[in-house]
Amino acid sequence: MLGEILQSIGEALGLAVALVFSGDPDLLEIVFLSLQVSLTATVFACVIGLPIGALVAIGRFRGRNAVLILMNALMGLPPVVVGLVVYLHLSRSGPLGFLGLLYTPTAMIIAQTILISPIVAALSRQVLEDLHAEYADQFRSLCLTRLQTIQALLWDARYSLLTVGLAGFGRAVAEVGAVIIVGGNIDHLTRVMTTAIALETSKGDLGLALALGIILLVIALGVNAAVQTVRMTAARQAYV
Amino acid sequence: MFDAMAPRTQPDNLRGTNVAPILPMSMREVVLRFGETAVLDGVSLDLGLRGCTVIMGSNGAGKSLLLKLMHGLIAPCSGSIKWGDLAPSDVMVRQALVFQKPVLLRRSVAANVDFVLKARGKGIAARDALLEHVGLLHKSAQPARLLSGGEAQRLALARALATDPEVLFLDEPTASLDPASVLVIERIVADARKRNVRVILVTHDIGQARRMADDVVFLHRGRIAEHSPASQFFPDPHSSVARDYLNGKIVV
Ligand SMILES: Nc1ncnc2c1ncn2[C@@H]1O[C@H](COP(=O)(O)OP(=O)(O)O)[C@@H](O)[C@H]1O
Ligand SMILES: [Mg+2]
Repeated sequence: MLGEILQSIGEALGLAVALVFSGDPDLLEIVFLSLQVSLTATVFACVIGLPIGALVAIGRFRGRNAVLILMNALMGLPPVVVGLVVYLHLSRSGPLGFLGLLYTPTAMIIAQTILISPIVAALSRQVLEDLHAEYADQFRSLCLTRLQTIQALLWDARYSLLTVGLAGFGRAVAEVGAVIIVGGNIDHLTRVMTTAIALETSKGDLGLALALGIILLVIALGVNAAVQTVRMTAARQAYV
Repeated sequence: MFDAMAPRTQPDNLRGTNVAPILPMSMREVVLRFGETAVLDGVSLDLGLRGCTVIMGSNGAGKSLLLKLMHGLIAPCSGSIKWGDLAPSDVMVRQALVFQKPVLLRRSVAANVDFVLKARGKGIAARDALLEHVGLLHKSAQPARLLSGGEAQRLALARALATDPEVLFLDEPTASLDPASVLVIERIVADARKRNVRVILVTHDIGQARRMADDVVFLHRGRIAEHSPASQFFPDPHSSVARDYLNGKIVV
């Protein structure tokens, strides 16, 4: 019994490795769409999340604590809930239905952006607040404007923020709940790695599922390694 | 361009200009409390138009806080601080403070100076002259936070000078530096002073105080024990705490 299972897993692994190295066009298409959707969502999430994180980091306003709690709570948004909410907005009867975006990569980008913007905002808030504690008196002495302060903090925290962006990307590229609802896992259109893995596993095609799983792991490790290398180079110059 | 010998573009004697003078400074009955304890307790101090005022006193006497109060980084719990006839909001931009622990940006040496020049809406043309002035031009491209203690202080000083301040606060700029670095920093400060920059210097180094001071403020437990001209303070301080301090006795 156990032997059989191990054997089938072994076969699947063999198939997976063969697929990865075969350069199968269907596989590549899925991988590229995954990267395209999640990287775009990460860029948007940074554009939205970094200014919010910076404003909350240096701001002293009423209700700041409530904002902090909200930001932290939103970090844990369940992907299926985000998917559902976006779905309700984009579906034909929804308020944005006229855009015709449901089951397109754009819808997937929107959902992932909503999912990871709070992550970028909350993590960058922490990073920028710590840095600001160090710089605040010096910046006030220089009579910097709020905008100059934010710009300087964002730039000086650049290597830490890279890790923040990576955390967002990691969450986006690995989630399945949101993209499967708003994307629909349509072959050659909205099929990404995670939704393909879910589908192939349920169909019993473990080889393709494992192949995609391996690629997903390699991408995650590769991006992490790249960011770590950049950070270590920066740390050697005391820029982190 | 930065010219170390040129007088300030707006010297304190602002003849023919409509810029209100920032000096003299007058501080009256300033109290600063953290919780129950008053760390500054009824400090009154007058600073004249020119020269170098040295602030001395043991650790925890309140010297750093006094600088930050004068600069406007913290507000007193009671009492008043007046620079010329200026509104409080117009003061800080005409002053620079070099912190006890230099706060350097996570950038190159040159970028640290550029940052200040740009923040003040100036071009970066003066940067190399400023770095040359503090002897750091050859380190322009290096990461600022890898500088030695003395170099870091000189960069902080260059950055402060980049704002073209009329008043320059220095908080123990030479603490734990080697003698050569101390002399370089003193030379830079003396140059600034010659250009009519009003210098307020906190130091523990009695030799340095003798070399630099026109007048000395001795702070003890959050109060001014003595404020005397240097010519009188060093040979014959009239407060017993200052006398003990100069004689190397531990004053707490
Ligand atoms: N933010 C603060 N909260 C409470 N106490 C403080 C704070 N900052 C400084 N102090 C206290 O005020 C006293 C004077 O500090 P400071 O001006 O830094 O002394 P120094 O003369 O050594 O520069 C010290 O006893 C210090 O512990
Ligand atoms: Mg101090």
